[in-house]
Amino acid sequence: MWATSAATLAYSSAKLRRDFDERVPPLMGVLGAFLFAAQMINFTIPGTGSSGHLAGGILLTILLGPHAAFLSIASVLVVQALFFADGGLLALGCNIFNMAFVPAFMVFPLFRRLAGNAPGRLRLNVAILAAALVALQLGAFAVVLETTCSGIATLPFASFLLMMQPIHLAIGVVEGLVTVAVLGLAQKARPDLLRGSLEGRFDLGGKRVLLAFLVAALLVGGGLSRYASVLPDGLEWAVGKLTGKTELEASSGVHAALGAVQNKTALLSGYQLPAPARKEPGPASEKATAAGSGTGVAGVVGAVLTLAVACFCPYLFRGRRRTKPEI
Amino acid sequence: MTSIEGALLDFKRLDRLAAGDTALHRLDPRAKVIVTFVFIVTVVSFGRYELSALVPFFLFPAILVGLGNLPAGYLARKVALLCPFALVIGLFNPLFDRAVALQLGPLAISAGWISCASIVVRAALTVGAAFVLLALTGFPAICSALERLGLPGMFVVQLHFLYRYIFVLGEEGGQASRALELRSFGAKRPSLATYGSLVGHLLLRTWLRAERVHRAMLARGFSGAFPTRTVGRFGMAEAAFVAGWTAFFLFLRLNNGAQLLGSLLTGHFS
Amino acid sequence: MSHHIVEVKNLRHVYPDGTEALKGVSFRIHHGESVAIIGANGAGKSTLLLHLNGYHSPTAGEVRIGDFLLSKGTLPGIRRTVGMVFQDPDDQLFMPTVYDDVAFGPLNLGLNGNELERCVADALERVGAAHLAAKAPYHLSGGEKKRVAIATVLSMSPDILVLDEPASGLDPYARRQLIGLLKEFRHTKIFTSHDLDLVLELCQRVILLKEGEVRADGPAAEILRDERLLAECRLEVPLSLQGCPICGKRQG
Ligand SMILES: Nc1ncnc2c1ncn2[C@@H]1O[C@H](COP(=O)(O)OP(=O)(O)OP(=O)(O)O)[C@@H](O)[C@H]1O
Ligand SMILES: [Mg+2]
Repeated sequence: MWATSAATLAYSSAKLRRDFDERVPPLMGVLGAFLFAAQMINFTIPGTGSSGHLAGGILLTILLGPHAAFLSIASVLVVQALFFADGGLLALGCNIFNMAFVPAFMVFPLFRRLAGNAPGRLRLNVAILAAALVALQLGAFAVVLETTCSGIATLPFASFLLMMQPIHLAIGVVEGLVTVAVLGLAQKARPDLLRGSLEGRFDLGGKRVLLAFLVAALLVGGGLSRYASVLPDGLEWAVGKLTGKTELEASSGVHAALGAVQNKTALLSGYQLPAPARKEPGPASEKATAAGSGTGVAGVVGAVLTLAVACFCPYLFRGRRRTKPEI
Repeated sequence: MTSIEGALLDFKRLDRLAAGDTALHRLDPRAKVIVTFVFIVTVVSFGRYELSALVPFFLFPAILVGLGNLPAGYLARKVALLCPFALVIGLFNPLFDRAVALQLGPLAISAGWISCASIVVRAALTVGAAFVLLALTGFPAICSALERLGLPGMFVVQLHFLYRYIFVLGEEGGQASRALELRSFGAKRPSLATYGSLVGHLLLRTWLRAERVHRAMLARGFSGAFPTRTVGRFGMAEAAFVAGWTAFFLFLRLNNGAQLLGSLLTGHFS
Repeated sequence: MSHHIVEVKNLRHVYPDGTEALKGVSFRIHHGESVAIIGANGAGKSTLLLHLNGYHSPTAGEVRIGDFLLSKGTLPGIRRTVGMVFQDPDDQLFMPTVYDDVAFGPLNLGLNGNELERCVADALERVGAAHLAAKAPYHLSGGEKKRVAIATVLSMSPDILVLDEPASGLDPYARRQLIGLLKEFRHTKIFTSHDLDLVLELCQRVILLKEGEVRADGPAAEILRDERLLAECRLEVPLSLQGCPICGKRQG
């Protein structure tokens, strides 16, 4: 996911740079900020009493075209991830894919097809609504897929899917309605706002390019994530490979040496970490030993202690700084 | 998400912290970005049942907070705010993964609980590191550092613009929703239709603003390329900073630091 | 010095939605003149100023800066000559820090190194904002933003300075500072303002717009005294020219 998102980022940037329209950078930037602000105003979802906010992927794509919109939405996600830990830093790659790539590159062509070149009010609105629906369904599906693949949560695929899709159907309808309302109002005041995407100025340059690009991105994504993905499993594997510390070979190399060192340093050797791992190096026991190794009494004591040191750290240095000027 | 005003204040607060003047603040942003990245990758690379080995990693944000003279309580509270979200992600694990992994006296702890705790700890670590980076460096400087590390220029410009106008549009959005609240007497949130027109107007204003900004850029000779001024350099201090922390992380990745310390101690006292 | 003349002939401007904001405006401003363009809200002041820098192209008529007719080819040169400060400083300050913002123009002109440093420091010094250099625009107060916005233009050493409402939102001290600053600027100045006392202090000449047309064009002292004319254009005689509210006597 990180790889796909990064590849798209590079591609979109390059594309925008190539057919540069000097009006676009401020527009992208300010619309990104708009999206940000709009997301913080909540509205009531009719009938349910709960509240929601705009996701805005489709809205921005229709206004800016796919490439600019992708960068714009991605930048909003980056800021949210950094400042609010919204969705977490780790999920950023996935988030960019779900909320920027999906609407901009997968749903926008559909919207173009549905809306045609000079749609009437109704046709336009239907196209917007459909695009929003599809975007959220695809997005939700991607979330389920990613979560399952990453192995971070162990919720079974099917039940997770069954939970996510219907919820996002409802959210999609609401998102579609809001997008229709917002664009309708904006278009009344400024008919030129939608001109770009309705006259086909933002078309993705033929299906073949798109397809080739998608395949390339997925290949790169698949290939890279095997080696460098920040998703836990891929990376764990990579690090394991790199250091020779695959859990299966706990007794080899570095580990054994460290075990020996530990043997010498620790007077009481009953709680040493590598011991059980060495005895039963089977894939089935891998889980348990990994956990066990981290949570023996020694582990707990050490953890508490380091935590205490860590908590004390800020004040430790602070104290020194305060006294210094007085000398 | 919090209210707009709250969010903006938060931004400004983190931004002000970045204006501090300690050795860490003065370090080239690239060094800090690289180290934080290595940190996050290392933390994430741990297996899902790893817990105690993660704990020593708290030293990194803690030491930076200390050296950078940052308000520890404030940052800790910000991190704590996030933990419930991580908990939600991890909470399914105890339900599905019931193998007993650890026996602490009469207490049997299942693998699911451990992996759940591991998720929370990891989230706290990565988010904490990100906040510390922000508070030590400031968002614009991070962006510029990323550009010099290879992020596409277009995207960096976009990030700069976004960050700049979040403050302006956030205020506009905040005013609009406050005006709405004042006239909607009690109804806490707008209905869909009202929301649509509120956001629609915000969009129009945004568009006009973008046009004016564009004008202002043209007025000062903008012709497409963003001129950049390179500041800071990657010297010895930066190299040492990166090398030192990377070595530390690598060591902790390969050894369970807490375990080492713990066995040393328990060994000593018994 | 014919190249600093600003000449507008029969300028008309119609916005896309059909609003006719300017209906045949003509005037000629010579080098070194300081001219205020005044008029009620919506009289067309901002629209007129935007023509002086080529953001709007005339629906009819022409704009001439120095020896050049404003057209696509001459635009870059003209934008170098005419420095423009906009009504809302938030539009003008788009870079991460004040320093970057002031440096944006000079960098685009190809300055760098020491020359750039000096140019930026000088511009900030002139508006009394040197201490703000490292700050981000969103940490500034309204008045500070305004001053920095002016610095961003001064750093490009324009021959003609155009300002849209430079004094709005300034506290009395900052306003006084601005007056001093503008008095110091020796080249042509054109600005709009609703602060007629400031106009009186800074300008010899006033162009009075009413609904997109020039209603009067002449010496400031004369026009700003003409109560009937001003009232007709939804303006008032500046306080300093009104009778003293206590003794009823007029100054000067
Ligand atoms: N983008 C636009 N589209 C349509 N009409 C516009 C636009 N901008 C301005 N107008 C109209 O043009 C007329 C002149 O506007 P302008 O902004 O030039 O007024 P102004 O003299 O600067 O007023 P103020 O003192 O309020 O700044 C007004 O009637 C206004 O409604
Ligand atoms: Mg105006």
